[in-house]
Amino acid sequence: MERIYLDHAATTPVDPRVVEAMLPYFTANFGNPSSIYQEGRAAKKAIEESREKVAEILGAADTREIIFTGSGSEADNLAITGVAWAYRKKGNHIITSAIEHPAVLETCKELEKHGFAVTYLPVDEYGLVAPEAVRDAITDRTILVSLMHANNEVGTIQPIAEISKIVRAKGVLLHTDAVQTAGSIPLQADELGVDLLSLSAHKFYGPKGVGVLYAKKGTRLHRLIHGGAQEGRLRAGTENVAGIVGLAKALELAAAGLEETVPRLAELRDYFINKIFSRIDHVKLNGHPTRRLPGNINVSFEFVEGESILLNLDLEGIAASSGSACTSGALEPSHVLLAMGLPHETAHGSVRFTIGKDNTKEQLDYVLGVLEETIARLRAISPLYREQRGRKEK
Amino acid sequence: MRQIYLDNSATTPVRPEAADAMREVLLSDYGNPSSFHSLGIKAERIIKEARRQLAAACGVNEAEVIFTSGGTEANNLAVKGVARRHRKRGKHLITTRVEHPSVLNAFRALETEGFEVDYLPVDREGLVSPAEVIAALREDTLLVSVMHINNEVGSVMPVAEIGRLLKEKNPQTVFHVDAVQSFGKLPVDPRKWQADLVSISAHKIHGPKGSGALLCREGLLLEPLFHGGDQEQGIRPGTENTAGIAGFAVACRLALRDREENYRKMTGLKKYLAAEIKRQIKDTSVNGPEEGAAHILNVTFAGIKGELLVRFLAEEGIYVSTGSACHSRRPEPSHVLLAMGLSAEEVGASVRFSFSALTGREDIEYTLEKLEPAVAALRRMTGRKK
Ligand SMILES: Cc1ncc(COP(=O)(O)O)c(C=O)c1O
Ligand SMILES: Cc1ncc(COP(=O)(O)O)c(C=O)c1O
Repeated sequence: MERIYLDHAATTPVDPRVVEAMLPYFTANFGNPSSIYQEGRAAKKAIEESREKVAEILGAADTREIIFTGSGSEADNLAITGVAWAYRKKGNHIITSAIEHPAVLETCKELEKHGFAVTYLPVDEYGLVAPEAVRDAITDRTILVSLMHANNEVGTIQPIAEISKIVRAKGVLLHTDAVQTAGSIPLQADELGVDLLSLSAHKFYGPKGVGVLYAKKGTRLHRLIHGGAQEGRLRAGTENVAGIVGLAKALELAAAGLEETVPRLAELRDYFINKIFSRIDHVKLNGHPTRRLPGNINVSFEFVEGESILLNLDLEGIAASSGSACTSGALEPSHVLLAMGLPHETAHGSVRFTIGKDNTKEQLDYVLGVLEETIARLRAISPLYREQRGRKEK
Repeated sequence: MRQIYLDNSATTPVRPEAADAMREVLLSDYGNPSSFHSLGIKAERIIKEARRQLAAACGVNEAEVIFTSGGTEANNLAVKGVARRHRKRGKHLITTRVEHPSVLNAFRALETEGFEVDYLPVDREGLVSPAEVIAALREDTLLVSVMHINNEVGSVMPVAEIGRLLKEKNPQTVFHVDAVQSFGKLPVDPRKWQADLVSISAHKIHGPKGSGALLCREGLLLEPLFHGGDQEQGIRPGTENTAGIAGFAVACRLALRDREENYRKMTGLKKYLAAEIKRQIKDTSVNGPEEGAAHILNVTFAGIKGELLVRFLAEEGIYVSTGSACHSRRPEPSHVLLAMGLSAEEVGASVRFSFSALTGREDIEYTLEKLEPAVAALRRMTGRKK
């Protein structure tokens, strides 16, 4: 059975060219980057070249603005906790949104326990934060605004550049979690006007366990991990050399391919959405109709459980994801969909398909067939659906 | 040119078997371990299997293995995690002066948060005395952190004895052991040591860099270093480095398979190198105990600059170091050797040779061949007679 992977927002397959780039750093060039002799210098050089590549692609002014971390989550934490404690004397207020990734939300909740005040801005039905709401929330105690560039569940892209003007005018730092946009759409830290930006390699065909925090020169950060002098003393630990090389290679390949992939994925996305709407009734598109990531499709199928749909798709070789997360063993509806005003039942019936560069129209046609069949079958045994139908027929 | 790598305490080459396993995971098993679908479940299974192997290797339960991005993160998680989580119970912490910077600097950071830290001295051999650890204990001591094998001189700390005495006197005090240098070489046995926390790292045992673990006794609560998803029981959020974890497990399996034999072999190499250095080169002294770890030999060559010797040997394809890799970019004198009572000059004249299972007798012989003339040349340069 052919496997069709439509869960690229969760993670992506590693590009074989990325794997090839990584392999020499396991064996031939295995030195410790902190060692002074040749073997170590080769590893150090690989890291510095990777840093230059990433700096250039992200539009950083200085390679020292690029800090490699152990994940996107760590980059988010370093940005938020790092700024919070470094600027504690200036103020204790942080602004974020209700739809951030747990790496941001949980970090903010933690800071609340330590005397910080956090404003969680609401979003509209499309998942957008209003720039005016950011302006209104800023006080003279505000030190940081952290808003994701694009949402991982519904793909809504925030107007970060516009928000940046407001935030910067007030002299407040701006962080954006760009884990979903790096390698997906053009991304330039300077154009966005952010002071801090996080990304994670495994979302753009790189390896898991390596991320980047871009921190604009002059931004002070408290460290999360102390030890050796690695990463400009901001992140201690023997560097994951192969992972860093893989990240840079993946970002380079992604950036070079954007011109081609963005319109192609957007077209596939719109094709898929239109087909769903024409073939299945009682569906709702979650997220913004146009301001959304090129590969993101998030739809709610009324009267069915997202989990049941996924299970059926998986049996047919199709990998997608649902709008629920398994938190401490219980199935909770997505905080993102709830923040967008979806009722619990609708949120529970939502499924996310995220298209990647290797997916084809034929694959999508196959998925549509399976999906249509699955929904029909599940609805046939759904008392709610039968009730609804009965009502209509009356 | 022949390449002889004698800096295995800094890092080791990845074993082909581990590299193959990682390659396979990177190319085929790319699912997110948190995903519900088959690919996610496959990835989760890889991590579960690695967890099982590491747990078995250390005689702990699977739930007690927390994967991290390496030994540094594991040490930070242990030290800060205990202190911050249990600060209501006390503010006193104990460690030694010869710990790795990832432990020492974590403690220094905690000092700025209001904790009081005792940095215990060591003797001439680099060993901390269990009696001194016990004497330093206070009612409000939250944590004692002592490394197993010192990375610079190879002293093997009496962690089992410290653990026993500590738990007799103060069972509430948490015991952490940095076993990054000993894992795969000597038995790492948290139960026997009565250690609540033990740090290990993959790249010291022919696994990948950026992959490590903290073994954490069930029931012990830690404050995470960072927050987010539910990975690693929420203690260490972030999408797992599946390939790195798989590579760690393979490296662990191979290291343990031939552990005793390799250890014996390295003991022989170390003895031979130490004896030959003493025989061939005047005014040298070995730092650390005679019975120290088999893979680390630290030698002072009076009258030379260790850094120059490292470069000299590197020209000959022999890679050694002046001490901890994290330090070697800054010419700061080794805090370990200073704590052992060496003068600044002696510290500056010291070099570390460190072996692995892959080191052979002929590597040592070749090194000896180049070492004597190198030391002689350096001593001539500084005007010292041989
Ligand atoms: C004793 C000791 N602890 C901790 C570490 C840090 O581990 P890692 O390099 O995986 O961060 C090292 C090695 O660098 C070490 O030798
Ligand atoms: C928006 C967003 N932020 C942060 C993360 C965390 O990154 P990582 O998986 O590397 O920890 C993810 C992905 O899981 C994400 O989608």
